[in-house]
Amino acid sequence: MGGAPEARTTPSRENEMSEKSYRDAIRDAMMEEMDRDANVLIMGEDIGVYEGTFRITAGMLKKYGPKRVLDTPIAEAGMVGTAVGMAMLGLRPIVEMMTMNFAIVAADQILNHAAKVRYFSGGQVDVPMVVRGPQGAGVQLSAQHSQSFESFYAHFPGIHVVAPATPADAKGLLKTAIRGNDPVIFLESAALYGMKGEVPDDPNFTVPFGQSRVAREGKDVTIVSFSRMLQLSLAVAAKLASDEGIECEVIDLRTLRPLDMDPVYASVTKTHRAVVVQEQWKPFGVAAEIAANITETVFDELDAPVARVTGEDVPMPYARNLELLATPHEPEIERAVRKVLYKT
Amino acid sequence: MAKAKKESDSAVLDAACAPEWTEILKQMIFIRRFEEATEREFRKGKIGGYLHVYIGQEAVASGIVGALQKGDAVFCGYRDHAQALSLGSDPNRVMAELFGKGTGVSKGKGGSMHLFDVEHGLYGGYGIVGGHLTLAAGAAYAKRYQGSDSVVVCYFGDGAMNIGSFHEAMNMAGLWGHQGMCPIVFVIENNGYAMGTSVERHSALTDLAARVRAYDIAGEKVDGQDIFAVRGVADRVVRQVRETGKPYCIEAVTYRFSGHGAADILQPYRTKEEVEQHRHRDPINILRKRLGEVCGLTDDDVKAMDEWAIERAANAVKFAEESSQPAPDELFADVVAEHGPRPVSEDERE
Repeated sequence: MGGAPEARTTPSRENEMSEKSYRDAIRDAMMEEMDRDANVLIMGEDIGVYEGTFRITAGMLKKYGPKRVLDTPIAEAGMVGTAVGMAMLGLRPIVEMMTMNFAIVAADQILNHAAKVRYFSGGQVDVPMVVRGPQGAGVQLSAQHSQSFESFYAHFPGIHVVAPATPADAKGLLKTAIRGNDPVIFLESAALYGMKGEVPDDPNFTVPFGQSRVAREGKDVTIVSFSRMLQLSLAVAAKLASDEGIECEVIDLRTLRPLDMDPVYASVTKTHRAVVVQEQWKPFGVAAEIAANITETVFDELDAPVARVTGEDVPMPYARNLELLATPHEPEIERAVRKVLYKT
Repeated sequence: MAKAKKESDSAVLDAACAPEWTEILKQMIFIRRFEEATEREFRKGKIGGYLHVYIGQEAVASGIVGALQKGDAVFCGYRDHAQALSLGSDPNRVMAELFGKGTGVSKGKGGSMHLFDVEHGLYGGYGIVGGHLTLAAGAAYAKRYQGSDSVVVCYFGDGAMNIGSFHEAMNMAGLWGHQGMCPIVFVIENNGYAMGTSVERHSALTDLAARVRAYDIAGEKVDGQDIFAVRGVADRVVRQVRETGKPYCIEAVTYRFSGHGAADILQPYRTKEEVEQHRHRDPINILRKRLGEVCGLTDDDVKAMDEWAIERAANAVKFAEESSQPAPDELFADVVAEHGPRPVSEDERE
């Protein structure tokens, strides 16, 4: 492998990787798709002149102009509703929510309109649009700015719900979202924006929806998670492996709708024990859905009840000590792994 | 002619005896007979769910739609049968939709409130009051973005003007209009009631057309019972919006003779006398009288139209009745796209 790079005659980016932050991966995905298809545009609050609260859209107004990078009033229902209309007419709008907490204001446009127009029109229209933005606990953002919405959106047919855990998935899944023909709720973890990872350079790199991934192989316990909690789960798995020789298999769901349970079933069939980790509140959450699916499908494989690790069932408090108590961390995941192993 | 001219400043009045007007009368009579048929079939249990008919408001649908051209898009609320029929949807398929049959315009999956016929420009009836206004504003933006000179028409009732999405849609349309990027005609179907709550009881300012001026959108009132007036305003406004890309709002003052929905039998919010009084201004009679006085349309002419309309409505009922229910497979079709991503064509590439 001693050949100098400049000696290559057919430079290809197909297999090349670059280290990128989760934030930059999201921006790259949007800009590559805007370069590829003039129907793609982005709208949101302070995404243009201000360049985005989280700087996801930095440089985009300058490059694409105000017709394709639309600064909107603070009007979430207006943003999402107009995007639905644009999508029905053939455009591919991306709506950036400053945080996903504000998207609840647009719940009628997302759930009653975007999610249902294809169906009640008898398939006469596509609704290719993405509503994306950060969610989850931050640092002392208190009750209205710290929520997670996976189970809320994933309850409804007619939309896809995506929650990437790595920069590469953030890019690949967002490109799939933009190229698709349905409304996609793209839930970014605000706490992961600065996280770096290897991301393929190939502009045609995409990650399909509905393909859960084995993020770490193991034989003793299956940990199922997504988004930021996947990273915590991986940290716990590494610690338990090196300290105690407990081998956790960690599965990243990537998309909650469509939900790919097959790798989970295969893993539980091997480990016979499962822990599901989510940041959101326990009642009626993703973990409950995963646990129910496991018991419905591979009940006989289980040697222990499925354990759930979740946030506490309270609005997020402001005080830092209370906030830390309200959100799940590595020790809770570790305890749950021991619990299903009956090693308490 | 002189008398008619005094009553209306319609730009189309000089052509009042053109065959087009006879066709418009025929269409309005048909919409009336169609709606009466739906009420009968609802009472028989052939039509389920909710049923909101357009009886009394026909001139608003016919008058505005008449000013449109191919490529224009229409969004409306759930009182949407008349818009579909005015746009040229097959009445058989509209009736079949109400019957929940697979031959319906929305494959039997939408029903009365969700008529869609994209081929004829109908982008839907919607069931959440005011929710579709934002969609229509976005569609108008898309039309300009795509370089088209098409316009969007968005119908909604007076009751829709108090929900947040009304204000958000108006404000964004007003803003985009500054760039000539929002060719939309908002049509307030002011029938005096938000279901059972009168305008006086639901809107702090009862001059509804004036309310849109807060969003830098020009608006005007028109007598929604007089199709000459509606069409005259529509022709001018649609042309203007097509040229400027700026939104405009028409408040059509009208009245529904039927209840809000098929279940609104007692109508405690209004008196029988009030309804009777408004029946004197039946839009069909107004047009019929005018064509009689000015163009010599005879009672026999009208009778022939009415017979044609009754038969056509009956045929629609027959078609709907004889159509099959949707196949069970349809339950799972159209939830999400089953086709892959649409390839990007060369001219769409940036």
